[in-house]
Amino acid sequence: MSYLEHSVKSVPTGLRKVLFLNWPLALLLASVCGIGFLMLYSVAGGSFSPWAEPQIKRFALGLGVMFTVAFVPIWLWRNLSGVAYGVSFLLLLAVAFIGEERKGSQRWLDLGFMDLQPSELMKITLVMFLAAYYDWLPAKKVSRPFWVLLPVLIICIPTALVLKQPDLGTSILLLTAGGGLMFLAGVHWAYFAAVIASGAGLITAVFQSRGTTWQLLNDYQYRRIDTFLDPSADPLGAGYHITQSKIALGSGGWTGRGYMQGTQSRLNFLPEKHTDFIFTTLAEEFGFIGGVSLLSLYALIIVFCIGTALLNKDRFSSLLTLGIALNFFLFFAVNMSMVMGLAPVVGVPLPLVSYGGSAMLVLLLAFGLVQSAHIHRPR
Amino acid sequence: MRRNRAENDASHNKLTRRAALLGGAQLLFMGGLAARMRYLQVDQADQFRLLAEENRINIRLIPPARGEIFDRNGVRLAQNVPSYRIVIVREDAGDVEAVLDRLAQIITLDPEVRERVLAEVKRSAPFLPVTIIDDVSWEDVSKVSVNAPALPGVTPEVGLTRVYPRGSHFAHVVGRVGRVSQADLDALEDPDQLLRIPRFQIGKINVEARQEALLRGSAGTKQVEVNATGRVMRELARREGQSGADLQLTVDANLQGYVQARLGEESAAVVIIDCETGDLVANASAPSYDPNLFIGGISSADYNPLLQSLYRPLVNKTVQGSYPPGSTFKMIVAMAALEEGLVGPDDTAYCPGFVEVADRKFHCWKRAGHGWVDLGNSLKQSCDVYYYDLALKVGIEKISAMANRFGLGIRHDLPLSSVSSGLTPTKDWKKTVRGADWVIGDTVNASIGQGFMLASPLQLAVMTARIATGREITPRLIKSVDGVEQPQGVGAPLGLNENNLRQMRRGMYDVVNNRRGTAYKSRIIADGMRMAGKTGTSQVRNITAAERARGVTRNRDLPWERRDHALFVSFAPYDKPRYAVSVLVEHGGGGSTAAAPIARDVMLQALAGGEPPLEAYPTGDRDRIREQQRKLRNIQPMAKIDGKDQA
Repeated sequence: MSYLEHSVKSVPTGLRKVLFLNWPLALLLASVCGIGFLMLYSVAGGSFSPWAEPQIKRFALGLGVMFTVAFVPIWLWRNLSGVAYGVSFLLLLAVAFIGEERKGSQRWLDLGFMDLQPSELMKITLVMFLAAYYDWLPAKKVSRPFWVLLPVLIICIPTALVLKQPDLGTSILLLTAGGGLMFLAGVHWAYFAAVIASGAGLITAVFQSRGTTWQLLNDYQYRRIDTFLDPSADPLGAGYHITQSKIALGSGGWTGRGYMQGTQSRLNFLPEKHTDFIFTTLAEEFGFIGGVSLLSLYALIIVFCIGTALLNKDRFSSLLTLGIALNFFLFFAVNMSMVMGLAPVVGVPLPLVSYGGSAMLVLLLAFGLVQSAHIHRPR
Repeated sequence: MRRNRAENDASHNKLTRRAALLGGAQLLFMGGLAARMRYLQVDQADQFRLLAEENRINIRLIPPARGEIFDRNGVRLAQNVPSYRIVIVREDAGDVEAVLDRLAQIITLDPEVRERVLAEVKRSAPFLPVTIIDDVSWEDVSKVSVNAPALPGVTPEVGLTRVYPRGSHFAHVVGRVGRVSQADLDALEDPDQLLRIPRFQIGKINVEARQEALLRGSAGTKQVEVNATGRVMRELARREGQSGADLQLTVDANLQGYVQARLGEESAAVVIIDCETGDLVANASAPSYDPNLFIGGISSADYNPLLQSLYRPLVNKTVQGSYPPGSTFKMIVAMAALEEGLVGPDDTAYCPGFVEVADRKFHCWKRAGHGWVDLGNSLKQSCDVYYYDLALKVGIEKISAMANRFGLGIRHDLPLSSVSSGLTPTKDWKKTVRGADWVIGDTVNASIGQGFMLASPLQLAVMTARIATGREITPRLIKSVDGVEQPQGVGAPLGLNENNLRQMRRGMYDVVNNRRGTAYKSRIIADGMRMAGKTGTSQVRNITAAERARGVTRNRDLPWERRDHALFVSFAPYDKPRYAVSVLVEHGGGGSTAAAPIARDVMLQALAGGEPPLEAYPTGDRDRIREQQRKLRNIQPMAKIDGKDQA
């Protein structure tokens, strides 16, 4: 049922929208960000610089973005989905040519006032565009091959660009989020079965290609996989990150070593302690209880998103909300699996906690969309 | 775009189903994460906590200060002095090359050193100091300190190194230290962790090596918290180590210095034992060398001459050297015969100049023979034939057993390197070691301290001290350890007939003080300082019949290394023995001419506790002695201690 058929009378207007915000969700997001500030303060050795202070400023900015986006009617955003997708696609292309190279990968665009990762933007705009696509597509055509091929291209072309940067983590996230959205939209399960089967085949091919002329991944990516499979094989080299991260987690115990008492992070045994591995600091200092608390907050965010999505009769809103929730889930699930030694180190930050400007801004923008869908849901 | 309501509902239901499915999968995954967290943080917490502590805490060793060594009067023989090196820390220096350029303007810096430092700086962590120059003088250190503002990251570091202020005078007593070598480590079953510290010094020979356990002390430790790159963040705990024990030796540094100076460049050895305590008051081996040269690693220009010299300066002749004791052995033979009751003091024997034993002629040193001699005369004139005769009556077994009672053929336990046990041969020894039967001629040779008989100057001094006191004197070198007095070396009485011993002493008195004694020229005329002694001249070659036929070649016509060794043993004062002295001059010729004068000089020096009065010398010698004393007065030890305070 589209909003067009619906009376928009009941949709709140003006400042009244504030009352119709999904406040529990907003509070949950704010508390997760608050945990992030605490941890950034701690890993800097009890100092607001260099990480906590800029992060708080960005959070303030992000909050503004979230509310602005939330107050714009959701149908406007639906109409802009195509444009948003197109813009992020062009930015991705741009980054491939004029992007800034750091640590061996070309992911960033220097916008003057901030560095932007177009791939972050793509995570959201892809979901937007797919949601709009399935909102437009009549339900009975959803599983027809041509109408399946189209979204596959929409997903795969930007994914390929991201993989080229190279950024394995984000491309997996894009692929999974896109696939998840297609699954939610009701594409026949046989397609997924086929993809999973061929995926297994592809993994085999990736491993078979190693060392040959048609090698599919970079050497460093293979090494990361090796490290993941057996971190102890190279404890001082590539396996160092995972080993140290597990030591940090494990030494936390039930209640942790106390705030700012984590030796692993304070003494720099942890790599990327303010970004990808920030969860280990949390788990070292606050223990199992701290770790599970953060996980519960994340779980509540997911539950609230699914709740509002299912109550929303607008298909675009539902799909968008679910897609963003899925994206958010993938973010922290991949990051946590990585630091706990369940997944290879792929360089995915912990959402809203890790230090990083564009990731936080983009996530808050995305939750602005969720809020917009919530406020402007058909009643 | 109107849509069928039923169709819409159907698609919404499908969406709900799939969303529930996906949501459920997500929650399940989160459950998995929680379970994993529980496994790592709760089940395996102890193990990981331990690993975290191991990561964090590093144990560093603090090297202890090595014990110092003093002489019996508290003169420092081995001490620790600060040694300086100049280091650079990259992160403080910034532009290392520019800083090195500026440093080169202040102190001399080889281009090679510069290259090495640059390479090393590049390799090591930015906060680790890299040594630029080792062992720099205090002057250079001050220059660097004064210019500190222009030399960021360059600092002098101080460590302790060993210095021997008395240098060459104590090389053969105190010994020396050096860097720990791989061979040192291999020799130990469980090497002290300290030995792995760079620049750590370990005793290499003599007291420094043999008392290593006392001198080294034990390492302190500090627990430091380090970060992942190894930078020390803070000190958590500190346990001070135990400094090494200070040793006081029995040696008198001034006497030792005098003896070394008296021996000069001669290849000789002197041992002086205190008869009342067994203390080794001097233990000199010449020529000597400067142990300070070895500490930082000796250059081959310094080392090769020491190694190649015919006079073997690196060998400690007092304890390492084994020489035929020659006639100084005659007291042993006489004692063996007296104790067996085979000879009385008035029994005489006829010396025709030789005896014939088993178809071989054994000559007396005096070709013409001594005629009728008794025991006293046989010592005084050192008649060989008399002792050939005695030895044949007593037999080698009894002679060697008596030699052992006087400390010959026995390894005296001194903290010096390669202490020799000498040799007192027996029939069994010859059978097992040489694989031949003992022949009668061997006994004849042994009776005058030739043949297989071997003794070190230390053993001869011990023998003399035992004759002088009748007690089992054992030499002592360590007087006290950290102020704790060590047991003295005066043992029980030897259990020999005092009358027999008195005859020996009387005989030895006559050797020096009787006009016809072999060492009459080296007598002491001061009352209360009278010396008793025995000369010895030991052949290092066989005199062939042909040589004898055309007349024995005189020593000074032979090449140095084929000349006889000169020996002299003595004690004084005769009536109340205080010191026993043994002197060996390698290839010095006759004991009476080469060794006895040295013995008299050092004995007087010991008895007088400094330069003796000229009145102790016979009047005819005084002018010569005065001149000699004047020359020796200002001889300093070789001790190259550049740029360091010698005090």
